[in-house]
Amino acid sequence: MLTLRLYFAQRLTALIMAPLTLGHLAVMIYAVQGGLSVAEILARTQGSVAWFLFYGGFVVAVAVHAAIGLRVVVSEWLGVRGIALSVFSLVVLATLLLLGGRAVWAVTFAGGGL
Amino acid sequence: MDKTEAFLDVSIWREQNGDGHFETYQVPRRANQTILDVVAWVQQQADPTLSYRFACRVGMCGSCAMMVNGAPRWTCRTHVLKVAEGASLEIAPLRNLPVIKDLVVDMDPFFDKWVAADAVFAPSQTRDDPMAPITPDDTMRIAADDAIECINCAVCYAACDVVAANPDYLGPAALNRSWSLVNDSRDAGQAERLQAVSAVGGCHNCHSQQGCAKFCPNELNPTLSISGLKRATAKSLLRWGR
Ligand code: SF4
Ligand code: SF4
Ligand code: FES
Repeated sequence: MLTLRLYFAQRLTALIMAPLTLGHLAVMIYAVQGGLSVAEILARTQGSVAWFLFYGGFVVAVAVHAAIGLRVVVSEWLGVRGIALSVFSLVVLATLLLLGGRAVWAVTFAGGGL
Repeated sequence: MDKTEAFLDVSIWREQNGDGHFETYQVPRRANQTILDVVAWVQQQADPTLSYRFACRVGMCGSCAMMVNGAPRWTCRTHVLKVAEGASLEIAPLRNLPVIKDLVVDMDPFFDKWVAADAVFAPSQTRDDPMAPITPDDTMRIAADDAIECINCAVCYAACDVVAANPDYLGPAALNRSWSLVNDSRDAGQAERLQAVSAVGGCHNCHSQQGCAKFCPNELNPTLSISGLKRATAKSLLRWGR
């Protein structure tokens, strides 16, 4: 159930995610090795536009990529088609955007304590 | 028949009006026996009502494909020795296509998809124009070299799990043919073709796992053709900004 545009969006988001994943891993290793506390990590991320863009971009790419991937699985394995398939894809997209977006907001711009 | 004669246990799918079951037959073993020989023996010696298709018997026409022990094969060129499990054979109609009777499937959905994939030559010149020169070292000609050897047997179509899971999927053979035309410099219908293979059941649904290539009796690789279409359509998307 993939058209050219969905295919293209999935490849494009894969391209975006590859370097971001490496960056994420590098940051994790750095934070753990340096023994940073939660407060120290938040101090670095709070108010940082760069971190917001890094993880915000990550969340958008993941949401688009996963929604298209699950769309294929659900249509091929469960036979979901048509409107139901579009609704399903959009719900996955919205859910991932919401969950991921909330987390990114919490560590970058929310007033801490989340 | 002498007492030492060896036999094959052959189960053949019998179906009429949508009602089907396997029936077993004892078929004498022969040297260099093909699956088509076995089916022909049953029809000639055991049950003349058995329906099946074949024409050339030499791997040219593509009409004799069936499922043999669960895998799609061109039966006229598949030796019993190569595929029999011990002395048993299970012969069934080609997967992913509706059965008309016994081993005969309806090929219409298969060829309808060739048309849907715009796998039809669109001439750019008339018969009054001179012959288009296409040299063997032309890069487009080389890209289509393998694809044009297809014999339309539908073995790949039967092997493809995406066809099984998604009835809209155009399938390896139709897309392979489209790819050969994408590389035909005489063809005038490229934009329409790239749109046709980009629609809901188009080339982008292929999972690239090469089930088609594994079973194609001519050892063609439709997956490679399909990835060519994916590249060509992605390029056209960038070009047209659609
Ligand atoms: S590679 Fe593509 S066309 Fe070939 S069997 Fe797999 S999904 Fe089907
Ligand atoms: S690509 Fe191979 S398996 Fe498929 S129809 Fe052509 S010859 Fe048969
Ligand atoms: S009978 Fe023609 S290919 Fe088998």
